[in-house]
Amino acid sequence: MPVMTYGEAIRDGLRQAMKEDERVYLLGEDIAEYGGVYGITKGLVKEFGKKRVKNTPLSEGAIIGEAIGAAIAGLRPVAEIQFSDFMTTAFSTLVDVAAPYRFRIGTPIPMVIRAPSGGGLRIGPYHSKSTEAWYFHVPGLKLVAPSTPSDAKGLLAASIDDNDPVLFFEHKKLYYEIKEEVPDGSYRIPLGKALVRREGSHITLMTYGAMVHLALKTAEKLSKEEGIELEVVDLRTLVPLDEETLLNSFRKTNRVIILHEAPRRGGVGAELESLICEKGFDSLSAPPVRITAKMTPIPVAPQLEDYYLPSEQDIVDAAKRLVQY
Amino acid sequence: MYYYLTLTRHLENKIAYICYSQNPQNPLIIGKGYLSTGQEAISVGASSTLDEGDWLSPSHRDMGAHLVRGMTVKEIFLQYFCRANSPTWGRDSNVHFGVTSKRILSFISHMGSMTPVANGVAAAMVYRGEKNVVLSCFGDGASSQGIVHEALNYAATFKLPVVFVLNNNQIAISTPLHEQTAVEHLALRAAGYGMPGKTIDGNNVIEVYLAVKEAVDRARNGEGPSLIECKTMRMGGHGTHDQYQFLSKKEFEEWKKKDPILWFKNYLKEKGMLDETGEREIEERVEREIEEAVEYARMQPMPKPEDLLKER
Repeated sequence: MPVMTYGEAIRDGLRQAMKEDERVYLLGEDIAEYGGVYGITKGLVKEFGKKRVKNTPLSEGAIIGEAIGAAIAGLRPVAEIQFSDFMTTAFSTLVDVAAPYRFRIGTPIPMVIRAPSGGGLRIGPYHSKSTEAWYFHVPGLKLVAPSTPSDAKGLLAASIDDNDPVLFFEHKKLYYEIKEEVPDGSYRIPLGKALVRREGSHITLMTYGAMVHLALKTAEKLSKEEGIELEVVDLRTLVPLDEETLLNSFRKTNRVIILHEAPRRGGVGAELESLICEKGFDSLSAPPVRITAKMTPIPVAPQLEDYYLPSEQDIVDAAKRLVQY
Repeated sequence: MYYYLTLTRHLENKIAYICYSQNPQNPLIIGKGYLSTGQEAISVGASSTLDEGDWLSPSHRDMGAHLVRGMTVKEIFLQYFCRANSPTWGRDSNVHFGVTSKRILSFISHMGSMTPVANGVAAAMVYRGEKNVVLSCFGDGASSQGIVHEALNYAATFKLPVVFVLNNNQIAISTPLHEQTAVEHLALRAAGYGMPGKTIDGNNVIEVYLAVKEAVDRARNGEGPSLIECKTMRMGGHGTHDQYQFLSKKEFEEWKKKDPILWFKNYLKEKGMLDETGEREIEERVEREIEEAVEYARMQPMPKPEDLLKER
């Protein structure tokens, strides 16, 4: 199996989907010759031509609109929104037109929006946000947040197959940082299946996206230095949510840390905490802990951004507190 | 076209009648009616230019276009009555439908929001090498929205086969055109996007048909989108709940003289294409269709609560 970065795996997934199905095409700002601002679609225009790798005007509402119309008319568009932050200008097109269309009319809306998301690159409030909670609340959308190259490729294929609009949150920090062996050819990782990335007996840590790597790294450290064994569950998809895997893991450890890099208030973590309290109350040995970003816009200076984002120390402190509770 | 104009007027009169006369405690029509009275020629004239493989993206005053595209009177009353077997299974009502198999997109209340979606349908047809067009309809109010500007610019950039039909009835709920825009003719905006624009008399069904047909042919030949502004006047409130009078009695009477159905009837009679008997036959046929449809739709069941969660 070839070793690929997270970004390369996504490109390979796009190439694979386009080779397999004539109906799949890409659209977005600067995605053709330029290859997208993160270079994810680089080279694809040479292979598939401008009809299938389409540069668009700087016009997010019109891009999402084209994707919806093309999906209604039987294609499988994959739109890139340069930074997930910019989706605000297409918000109505997404939540008012795309999300309820199948519910109201019955017509499948098989479209994927690739939305580079997340912080850690020192690029501030307009290029670093984690916006998943805004869409988590909207019925009719599916939300995917892969954490590894092989997951990104397999989940992308499943997202393109899906008959609902899928928001595919790619974590920008992972594009070039994470490498692993990725299966050749085509494969699918079903939406709605979480994965236990590390077995552990003391605490279940639920997370997704780039935070999975922070969690795994910290879990090793805690194991070595404190003898605390974290079980790390990677959500992979936020909608549909794999309640079963989350609850099974929690019922084994009876303690839970919920970790995400989006701000705390009304975040996905609140829903996970509520799930634990509603369906796992009897198994709780300690109150659930949520580790999130601070409740401010995301800053630029390294000292500020590091303070803003969840840290290893936050997890270590929480884990120690939980086992001593 | 005369049949569809008559059907539209009688059907909407029936909707208005039911709205005014129904028991508010147990209404037949859920919600209100949003009527095209006085401006039916735009909807019927524009949609009559389409071939079977073309698509319609209607605005909320496009009852006529729905009928021309093959929506049945029964389906329309099922939708208004929110029945279990309505096109949206009671999940949506009144003007918020759209039947994909008949190549009609669904209108949503955010007015201009379907214009970029119409582009997407057109892009899909270009992608597959099909020679079809999309009629994208919206109003003067929607023309103030940013998304409409994005859609027009986008369609012109890619020479998409879309014809934008702007129903300028000069009033958006209660906001008159001069409080909506500083431009006198909204079709002037087309130049800024690099597409042809034309302002026409929206009460003249022949003028609407010919102008839209020219734009449709142009789009079909790969020459790109056009903007056709059809000037008219809304002759009622925004909906059946709203009796807002924005015209003086004198203005109202003047616009009434320009009634598109009356004008077209006289035109057909002058040309010898319609006589009293023909006129009566059409009216009787239309009335019968409407009465049968109302009776049919009112007997249909309301949706079951648990069907809300059924995947469609």
